[in-house]
Amino acid sequence: MDFFSRFAVPHPSPAIYASMVAIGLTVIAVIAGLTYFKKWGYLWREWLTTVDHKRIGIMYLISALIMLFRGGADAIMMRAQLAVPENKLLDAQHYNEIFSTHGVVMIIFMAMPFIMALMNFVVPLQIGARDVAFPRLNALSFWLFFAGAMLLNISFVVGGSPDAGWTSYFPLAGNEFSESVGTNYYMFALQISGLGTLMTGINMITTILKMRAPGMTMMKMPMFTWSSLVANIIIVFAFPVLTVALLMGTMDRLFATNFFTTSNGGMDMLWANLFWVWGHPEVYILILPAFGIYSEIISTFSKRNLYGYKSMVGSMVIISLLSFLVWTHHFFTMGQGALTNSIFSITTMAIAVPTGVKIFNWLFTLWKGKIVITTPMLYSILFLPTFTIGGVTGVMLAMSAADYQYHNTMFLVAHFHMVIIPGVVFAMLAGLTYYWPKMFGFMLNEKIGKIAAWVISISTLVAFMPMFFSGLDGQARRMYTYSESTGFGIWNMISFIGAFGMAIGFALIVYNIYYSTRYASRDIGSDPWDARSLEWATHNPVPEYNFAIIPQVESSEGLWDAKKKGHVLFKGDYEKIHMPNNSGVPFIMGAIFFAWGFSFVFGLWIPGILTTIGIFVCMALRSFEKDHGRYISVKEIEETETKMRGAK
Amino acid sequence: MKIDHSLPLEYSTDQNKLNILGFWIFLGAEIMLFGTLFASYFTLVDRTGTGPTGAEIFEIAPVLIETILLLTSSFIIGLGIHAMRIGNKKAMMIFFGITLLLGAGFLGFEIYEFVHYVHVGAGLQTSAFTAILLTTLGTHGAHVTFGLIWGIFILLQIKKRGLTPETANKSFIFSLYWHFLDVVWIFIFSFVYLKGMM
Repeated sequence: MDFFSRFAVPHPSPAIYASMVAIGLTVIAVIAGLTYFKKWGYLWREWLTTVDHKRIGIMYLISALIMLFRGGADAIMMRAQLAVPENKLLDAQHYNEIFSTHGVVMIIFMAMPFIMALMNFVVPLQIGARDVAFPRLNALSFWLFFAGAMLLNISFVVGGSPDAGWTSYFPLAGNEFSESVGTNYYMFALQISGLGTLMTGINMITTILKMRAPGMTMMKMPMFTWSSLVANIIIVFAFPVLTVALLMGTMDRLFATNFFTTSNGGMDMLWANLFWVWGHPEVYILILPAFGIYSEIISTFSKRNLYGYKSMVGSMVIISLLSFLVWTHHFFTMGQGALTNSIFSITTMAIAVPTGVKIFNWLFTLWKGKIVITTPMLYSILFLPTFTIGGVTGVMLAMSAADYQYHNTMFLVAHFHMVIIPGVVFAMLAGLTYYWPKMFGFMLNEKIGKIAAWVISISTLVAFMPMFFSGLDGQARRMYTYSESTGFGIWNMISFIGAFGMAIGFALIVYNIYYSTRYASRDIGSDPWDARSLEWATHNPVPEYNFAIIPQVESSEGLWDAKKKGHVLFKGDYEKIHMPNNSGVPFIMGAIFFAWGFSFVFGLWIPGILTTIGIFVCMALRSFEKDHGRYISVKEIEETETKMRGAK
Repeated sequence: MKIDHSLPLEYSTDQNKLNILGFWIFLGAEIMLFGTLFASYFTLVDRTGTGPTGAEIFEIAPVLIETILLLTSSFIIGLGIHAMRIGNKKAMMIFFGITLLLGAGFLGFEIYEFVHYVHVGAGLQTSAFTAILLTTLGTHGAHVTFGLIWGIFILLQIKKRGLTPETANKSFIFSLYWHFLDVVWIFIFSFVYLKGMM
């Protein structure tokens, strides 16, 4: 009985039981569906074992959308709980679990895979490559991310969710105050998916540095590729810090060490420092690729080249350096003294300068451009003012003396949502709409898309602007209820309405996907947006080998120059193309990593050791494997190309 | 795969060049990993709680032996790569074998050292200082252990397949890893042991 009671949820509620049933039914439905339509073989051959960067990108995209709805459900519950004073919808413990998982899911398992989806899909196409540098490793990265995501998500129904916030500050996250296994889940889920992210970082940097098409010098790379390069360099330098912090946190929880305790020399501030040395660069890992997406879209739909290319690159490099020098602004009030606070205050404010440069560059691009309002463009234009509100309040927070007023209030919550939602989420939705035809060969409906964009952006303002006021009035974050006399009721009710509006907006996007899948035209050619860079020079959807002939470029806008100045992109004849073989090992390793994490979460040492051995056996098998990939013959290329061209 | 015979075997294909660059970037991440451990070590070094300090538990003899073993092994693997470059498979395998033996010797002394620490009451749970000491040393030791297994696999592959662009590439990357472990150890030796005993 003791064995089973460990897996029980410590604070069960009807919502959790309902979710268990829902999860169970969904799993049964998926398994039954796959069996009924005989799709197991297809799923395994075409998706689970794939090493194709485009398919991996699409799998990241699907995961990100699923996690968006998981995190969104958490958000709605939180706003519903706070909508009226002294609400009894959730109790304090559930509220703790919900804001903790909302943060982790949205940052690590929604925003990260969303940018990974676009990076994976777009970067090799933009630089005219056939694949990433290490296709197998890329698949492994995805499956590690996925294992981590699933591990965190099952915490909801097996053993209990993390409840110490997404920052998991010690000693709150230690065994003393966080008794359920929830924080163990946090440690292992982040560790496993973090390993995957690190590998993606190495993979993407190598790809971008070494696999660019002939003629594409560094300063001729499209802006999204540049932003991905910078973001991946940040990944390689930031994620190992998280690895160590999580290792130490795990040891504190499982082996009773004293890294972050308040006894035997432990130092809780060490966690805060290490966490934010990773955590602050992390937000730039998210925002820089988003900026890259905006640069592509704004330039495409202004019908002109991006204003200030070099300053765009320069500001990203400066942002990447500064991102490592600001982490202390997350805890100005925790007593490191005036001098330290001042230094970090200044570095934090300094980030506004390169960011401002980027904003002005986009405005100047728009200014001289012939603007076409499409859905992606609409998101980009709505992003500019909304993000600026978030950015300016960030500079307010950066004043360390004033931060004593804002710290841990809803003002902060409003600030980072006003930065991350327009900055990252709008960019990803814009990117999703923009690259959808490249991924699937048809366009999303423009009318529904634009309605969704308006609904989401207005709702974002409705949801988060009130928090600036209630925050300045003193409403603390992470507070599960408040009394009527505080006067926070009205602000929180408006927020709830905004959150509900956002949910409607996201539901509209899902409806749009359904609607367009059924009714959209498949006859759209390869360049439906009249775009400028190389990814639009190949077919829709993209053939397995990306480009039948490797393109040769002379500028950052290869396709545009080919269209307008008559440059020839594709010179020469077809040659046989070398492609990597599919492999089941990454998927199997992901599954073993999941079991590995699960075992250690519950301190099941024997399965823990067995799965550790399993991981090494997989690596050994891979090492001994003799796999030289395969060739696509000229005849096959000709057939594919003729068929694709026929579809125009 | 096209093989460019004008280059050393380990660089002779496009994929090989990618692998080596990718591994250098990985080493960048490893520098951050050990850098974070060192930063944590210096933060916690004086936070000994009720446990012993470094000066009380460090023993110079096993540490010196470990250092000599690891530094020598790094030199020997350099000879191994030289033998690989001139195409002498047998000499290369012998040098790699000696490297691994020295690495195993290092590990043996490190295990003795750990037993000693626990014996004198400096276990993982004693204090923040002992926890970070054993974690930093343990992470390095785990890397060495991983390296030993990896090295054996590479030797088996070279025995079976000879010096091909693929095996040469793997061996070269392994040698980078091994040198890196040596560099980390120099930092551990200087800033953990020597500084701790002063």
